[in-house]
Amino acid sequence: MLPDLRSSIALASPELFLAIAAMVLLMIGVSVGRKATLLVTSLAIVALAVAAVWVAGFSHDGAAFGGMFVMDSFARFAKVLALAGSAATLLMGYNFIRAARFDTIEFPVLIVLCTLGMMVMISAGDMLALYMGLELQSLAIYVLAASNRDSLRSTEAGLKYFVLGALSSGMLLYGISLVYGYTGNTSFAAIAQALAADQRQLGLVFGLVFVLAGLAFKISAVPFHMWTPDVYEGAPTPVTAFMAAAPKMAAIALTVRVTMDAFEPIAADWRQIVIFISIASMALGSFAAIGQRNIKRLMAYSSIGHMGFVLVGLAANSQEGVRGVALYMLIYLVMTLGTFAFIMSMRRTTGHVENTDELSGLASTNPVMATVMTLLMFSLAGIPPLAGFWAKWYVFLAAINAQLYTLAVIGVLTSVVGAYYYLRVIKIMWFDEPVGGFLPMSGELRAVLGFSGAFILLYIVFGGPIGRVASAAAASFF
Amino acid sequence: MLPTKGGEAHSGTVMLNGLPAVFFYLFAFVAIASAFMVIAARNPVHSVLFLILTFFNAAGLFLLTGAEFLAMILLVVYVGAVAVLFLFVVMMLDVDFAELKSGALQYAPIGALVGIILVGELIVVLGGYAFSPRLAATTGQPTPPLAERANTAALGDVLYTHYLFAFQLAGMVLLVAMIGAIVLTLRHKANVRRQDINQQVARVPETAIEIRKVRTGEGV
Repeated sequence: MLPDLRSSIALASPELFLAIAAMVLLMIGVSVGRKATLLVTSLAIVALAVAAVWVAGFSHDGAAFGGMFVMDSFARFAKVLALAGSAATLLMGYNFIRAARFDTIEFPVLIVLCTLGMMVMISAGDMLALYMGLELQSLAIYVLAASNRDSLRSTEAGLKYFVLGALSSGMLLYGISLVYGYTGNTSFAAIAQALAADQRQLGLVFGLVFVLAGLAFKISAVPFHMWTPDVYEGAPTPVTAFMAAAPKMAAIALTVRVTMDAFEPIAADWRQIVIFISIASMALGSFAAIGQRNIKRLMAYSSIGHMGFVLVGLAANSQEGVRGVALYMLIYLVMTLGTFAFIMSMRRTTGHVENTDELSGLASTNPVMATVMTLLMFSLAGIPPLAGFWAKWYVFLAAINAQLYTLAVIGVLTSVVGAYYYLRVIKIMWFDEPVGGFLPMSGELRAVLGFSGAFILLYIVFGGPIGRVASAAAASFF
Repeated sequence: MLPTKGGEAHSGTVMLNGLPAVFFYLFAFVAIASAFMVIAARNPVHSVLFLILTFFNAAGLFLLTGAEFLAMILLVVYVGAVAVLFLFVVMMLDVDFAELKSGALQYAPIGALVGIILVGELIVVLGGYAFSPRLAATTGQPTPPLAERANTAALGDVLYTHYLFAFQLAGMVLLVAMIGAIVLTLRHKANVRRQDINQQVARVPETAIEIRKVRTGEGV
């Protein structure tokens, strides 16, 4: 069973391109020095864009490297999202890291390598590819989180994420070893085959639990969420924006692939776990965020809650559910990037501010910024007709059609509770006394914020074609 | 890379006899004895030397099972690099190991208890386990019989053919680790003198050498 190398390389060519691009960028950066950061960042964005076009337009379905690498419409959808998310964060982050004086050439290179890891995760067809992709992605993020090494909090965030991430990798590997022990294989297809042929064994379920625990850590779902608020708060804001957007999306895509491809025959088992994690995340994301005053911590809890909503779609275990997950990830990505573009613009002459009280009266000092942020907050809360509402609509509808009534009802209730803290931000902006405006937004932040606002506002208009793409993506599992 | 002699290995009743048995007991005995000496030796340098002896005997055990590649790797990597590094560390960092070990005896009962429990658990696990009857059919990378494929070639198959993708990705992970270590730790300090090869090459006698007249009996 020797994999055909030439067709494998052809199938994985966007990944190879990105890997080579990262190394070339590194060489350029090393030979020119720190002056080259702008050049390397621009080239990195170009490389990510080229890879996205390559994936979207010029890739075909199939399996490569003996089934370790799977390319299908779901992978294509998720990869384009990952590449776009990474490129957007690079675009948003450059001025920030320059102002904070850690604009090293390695920053864009690490983001490109991290994106490579995400693409491998999304295309994983084997436990080994899963682990290597996850580790490539996580290792780059550990470094990025600590990249502002003169800041104690950034270093703490990096170290905290690293220690807990290593623990979660350990759990994941233990789970994989149990699964390997019981099925004799690491390939998803072969695991599914062995599971379908054999009766369910207890040890295998243990393996499944550990694998899901490791993945839940990466998507920061309860009860593996403890690192999230601290790391989000401590890491430099562009890195937080990056962590909250693309890698999370990739980890969700990976979770979908593992559950749908490898553990499909024991769906009853993993669905219980996913439902529990989903309910716990939604509840914690809603209640724990109420007391938060730091907007990055608030977004951390918000993202925990959103991961709970995404998992509702996965729990449905249907094509409709996976479609909901895909659309939710798209909309979540756009909303998160927009919100972080806003957070990065919370800048006075004294520096960046992160407290929600600093937004006081923004509607009178900077009405455009406040309006777009209001749209984003409404969308995150799930108010119709904005995109965030449709994201929740798809996953709850899938849950109802899969007879998961309790889950859907809990989801709607926590969504109502969660609306409180989003509305609170809006209230601070519109009804509190002005405390002085922010410095003018830079062009790239304005572009990202504007795009995000337009997307969530107009989603109802062009949601149809996007929905069809997502349906095609979901169809690759059924 | 364990030998499977006609399936006997699964039942755990493989008996060694003749010359292999002699060598097995020799290597095994010396390995255990030198491993004991690693923790018992007073002089840390002796400890490391005993560790090297242990590695050599473990390599001998690998050879007996037909895993010549692992045996060589064990020698090259562990003896050649790791143990020598230990030796350097032990010799260069003047750590007083005798003081470190002075309290060791008072923890011995707890250590022994943990050891006994572990041995008990290992006996339970090894005594009670069984391979799944379908394992032979589902195994992704079955070990080829030694007669058909030498184990260096078999390892090469696994690493460079079947798992080429994962192997290359591991390379990328190491690259990220290297970049990360440099990003997080390298600082260019102003007062640190760095080697500048251009400057060194550009030296000429006129700028580098100063001729002074030294008077007899007065020194420089």
